[in-house]
Order: sequence, then structure tokens, then C-alpha cells
Amino acid sequence: MKPGRFTYHAPRSVDEALAVLGQHAGDAKVLAGGQSLVPLLNFRVAEPGHLVDVNRLPGLSEPVRTATGWHVPALVRQRAVERSAALTGAFPLLGRALHEVAHPQIRNRGTLCGSLAHADAAAELPAVVTALDGRLRIASPRGERTVAAADFFVFHLTTALEDDELLLGVDLDDLPAGTTTSFHEFAGRRGDFALAAVAGQATRDTRGVVTRCRLVAAGVAGTPLRLRAAEDVLLGARLDDSALAAATRAAAREARPTGDVHASAGYRRDLVGTLTRRVLADIAAAVPTEELTHA
Amino acid sequence: MPDQDEPVWVDTTVNGVRHEEVVDARTTLADFLRGRLRLTGTHVGCEHGVCGACTVIVDGAAVRSCLMLAVQADGAVVETVEGLTDDPGDLTPLQDAFSRHHAVQCGFCTSGFLMSTTAALREGPVTDEAQARDVLSGNICRCTGYTGMVAALLEVGGTRDDH
Ligand SMILES: Cc1cc2nc3c(=O)[nH]c(=O)nc-3n(C[C@H](O)[C@H](O)[C@H](O)COP(=O)(O)OP(=O)(O)OC[C@H]3O[C@@H](n4cnc5c(N)ncnc54)[C@H](O)[C@@H]3O)c2cc1C
Ligand code: FES
Ligand code: FES
Repeated sequence: MKPGRFTYHAPRSVDEALAVLGQHAGDAKVLAGGQSLVPLLNFRVAEPGHLVDVNRLPGLSEPVRTATGWHVPALVRQRAVERSAALTGAFPLLGRALHEVAHPQIRNRGTLCGSLAHADAAAELPAVVTALDGRLRIASPRGERTVAAADFFVFHLTTALEDDELLLGVDLDDLPAGTTTSFHEFAGRRGDFALAAVAGQATRDTRGVVTRCRLVAAGVAGTPLRLRAAEDVLLGARLDDSALAAATRAAAREARPTGDVHASAGYRRDLVGTLTRRVLADIAAAVPTEELTHA
Repeated sequence: MPDQDEPVWVDTTVNGVRHEEVVDARTTLADFLRGRLRLTGTHVGCEHGVCGACTVIVDGAAVRSCLMLAVQADGAVVETVEGLTDDPGDLTPLQDAFSRHHAVQCGFCTSGFLMSTTAALREGPVTDEAQARDVLSGNICRCTGYTGMVAALLEVGGTRDDH
């Protein structure tokens, strides 16, 4: 099918974009990479009267170094993130997860922030940004606000963004010394959305004891699911076989996925356990560089 | 929804030729290429990004032309399958390898595969089967079973110069 009629806006400044969004709130959609929105337009699942194409906004296409880490503005394409040695160096799980997101032809247009704003429950990037404690910078005619990733995702395809708000970018803090990250997913075919995915990071002290940990699953709840019981098992422990086994069991228990035509609930729950174990095995096997220098 | 279509200007270079056209804002790049410029080598299958038949190269990057609006190609350089060689009778080494390895049956998917693989080969060599299958995985073919495409890609994939 073909999109319905809309009035096309290509604002040249954030203020101009916000003015259009404010004027047509509820009847306007932001167009970023278009890799989720244009299919909805083509099938007329979405028929906004106004399309606000943000691709011509200046200064939003390059990652920016901040005092505490990196700011990834709204127009940084997924492909640019995976090719940025600085970003994948600082956050290795981001590069691993992006390789599982669709295909290069999609990632050449799709943005990191667009995936967050779209908030598909099976999408990789919302889980990764939640596991990194990302903060989303949001602008509206009322000013700017910052929302933690943990509060941003409300439900499948639903976020804290109001109709007249624009996601400006996401802030990711540098990881503390002694931190290792990993990401694993299982999908039916290469490039498909995940049946289940787990993003994780853990910080260990010089004795190898976990002092900080984040495990977040995708595809098994309406939002990225923080696996808190599994994290609790690991805090204060070394990543040995018994800790991994206990965390794997805890993760599978706390996931409460629903079944669908692609996989049953039980299969998805088992996947969460398996993927958690794979993430933790990666982390256990890696020697954080800071520890090498201590040795 | 507005009750009339909104005309917008597009100034874009396609296969080296500059086009200044007025189109409806809701026209996709795929429909612009096919319907307005009559470049019907770009095919439209699923219209939601999945099949890859509509893949073209925009500013050096392979993209789905069904998921871009024509107006978004304003100022851009677009390459379609018709532009792979200067003379319509010529074939690139990749096209020639597709032909010899029976990587084409009905041909509906072929132009999309050629644009995806051409873009991939410009980025770097493709030297083993797993990598070839990874490159091909963003497009769907219902006829060939992919084996011929893997062979064609591996035959020309080791060298970077001819693409
Ligand atoms: C074939 C195919 C396979 C895919 N496979 C996967 C996959 O495996 N995993 C995965 O995670 N994703 C997948 N995707 C989706 C892809 O990652 C999208 O690029 C991404 O979800 C949306 O990013 P975008 O920049 O294209 O956003 P758009 O499509 O432009 O927008 C998506 C939504 O977010 C809103 N939005 C976007 N940017 C902003 C902003 N700055 N402020 C406010 N609102 C905004 C839009 O209004 C819209 O509602 C796939 C897509 C396709 C076509
Ligand atoms: S028609 Fe564009 S990907 Fe299928
Ligand atoms: S040759 Fe028929 S779909 Fe590929």
C-alpha cells in the first residue's frame, strides 16, 4: 500500500521542529530513520496529518564527548554507532547488539534514538541502553527534561514521550574501571527481532568480586526487563560456576514472558536463562584491562 | 489528513543525471524512481523493508527505497541497478558472475541483491561463505536457494577494485 496524505515539514532548527510539533500535537509524527515509521505509513497503520522530518536538523548527527561519557544525538544512524571505535570501545555490548539489529541496509538509515522512541518490546537497543543506565534528553515547547531509561519505556511501543516532545539524544556514562559487558540473543533468522535477548555488564574488584551489575532482557515483557534477582545473586560473589548456575536459574524464574506463534512462554523463559549464562560466561572469561595492569 | 496532496520539489542526481521534479510529499523514493523516472529496474515487493527488492544506493549507502520518501532524496546522489554500467549491454563482474552461477531465476529480487552486494563490496572484500551469507541475508530470494549467489559473491568478492 501507499502512505495517506500528510503535510511534510523539514524544520532546520530544533525550535522550529518543536513549534510544528506543538501546533499539531496528536496529529504529527517525528520522522527519523523511517525504518519503523514508514512501514506503518505504507500500511496506513499510522496516518498522521503532519510529518516532521528531523533529518535536516543541524548538529545531531555526530556523537559528542561529555564530561561523564558520550552523548548520542537523535540523528546518529545505527550504522554510524557500530562503526564508531569510540562508542563501541566505550560500550562493547552496543556493537555486539547492533550486529543483531536488522541488516546494514536498515541500519544505514535507522537511528539509535529512533529505536528507543519506537520502543518495540523485542528490540535490542532499548535493553542495551537500559543496561547502560542511559539518560534520555527530551525537548518540548515547555523546555528540556531528562528521563532515565528505566523510566522511559512504558510498554510495547509506548514511552514517556509526550505528543509534542522530541528526543534530542541519549547520554551514556563511561563504565567504571573493572567493568566488562556482553550481549546475546536468539532470533529465528539472521536480522530478525529477538525471541529473547540479554544485555549485561558487571564491575569486579581486583579480587574478582562483583561490586556492580546490570542484566536486562528484551522480548520477554512489555519493556526491557531488569533481571534483579539474578543481579542480587551475583553481587558480592565471584563469577564461578556455582554463581553462574544460580544467576541463570534466578533469571529464568523472574522472566514472565507470554507465548506467541514464534515461541512458547516456557521456551522464552528457558532462553532468558541460557542467554544470561552466555552473557555471564563472557564476562567471567574476560579480564578487564584495569586488572591486567594490577597483576 | 489534508484533503489534497502537497507538492514538493526534489532535486536529486540519479545515476549521474540531475533531476528536478515536483512530487507528492507522500511518494516513496521507490515509486519516484519507477513511476516518474521510469527506472523500473528497482522492484517493489513488500513495502515494509523486509524483502530488499527495492534496495538502492543513496549517498554511498545501500538503503530501502520503499522506506524513504522521494523528498528525502533532495540533494542526494542515488544509484540504481541501471547505473551499474555506463552501457546497458555491459555487465559488472558481479552481474556477470550472477549470470554464470545461476544466481538469477525469475529476477524479481536480482536488482536489490546487486545493489546490496555492490555496496558491501565497496566497503571491503567478502572472502568466506559465512561472510557471503551474512551480506546476502538482508535480501530475500524465493527462487534460487542462494547457493549461486554465494558462489558469485565469493568469485568476485576477494578483490575490491572492480565495483
Ligand atoms: C526489515 C526490518 C528489520 C528490523 N529488524 C529490527 C531488529 O531486529 N531489531 C530492532 O531493534 N529493530 C529492527 N528494526 C527497526 C529498526 O531498528 C528501526 O530503525 C528503529 O526501530 C527505528 O529507528 P528510526 O530512526 O528508523 O525511527 P523512525 O522509523 O523514523 O521512527 C520510529 C518511531 O519513533 C519516533 N521517533 C523517532 N525519532 C524520534 C525523536 N528523535 N523524537 C521523538 N520521536 C522519535 C517516530 O515518530 C516513530 O514513532 C527493523 C526494521 C526493518 C525495516
Ligand atoms: S519493497 Fe522495499 S524492502 Fe521490500
Ligand atoms: S530469482 Fe526469483 S526471487 Fe530471486
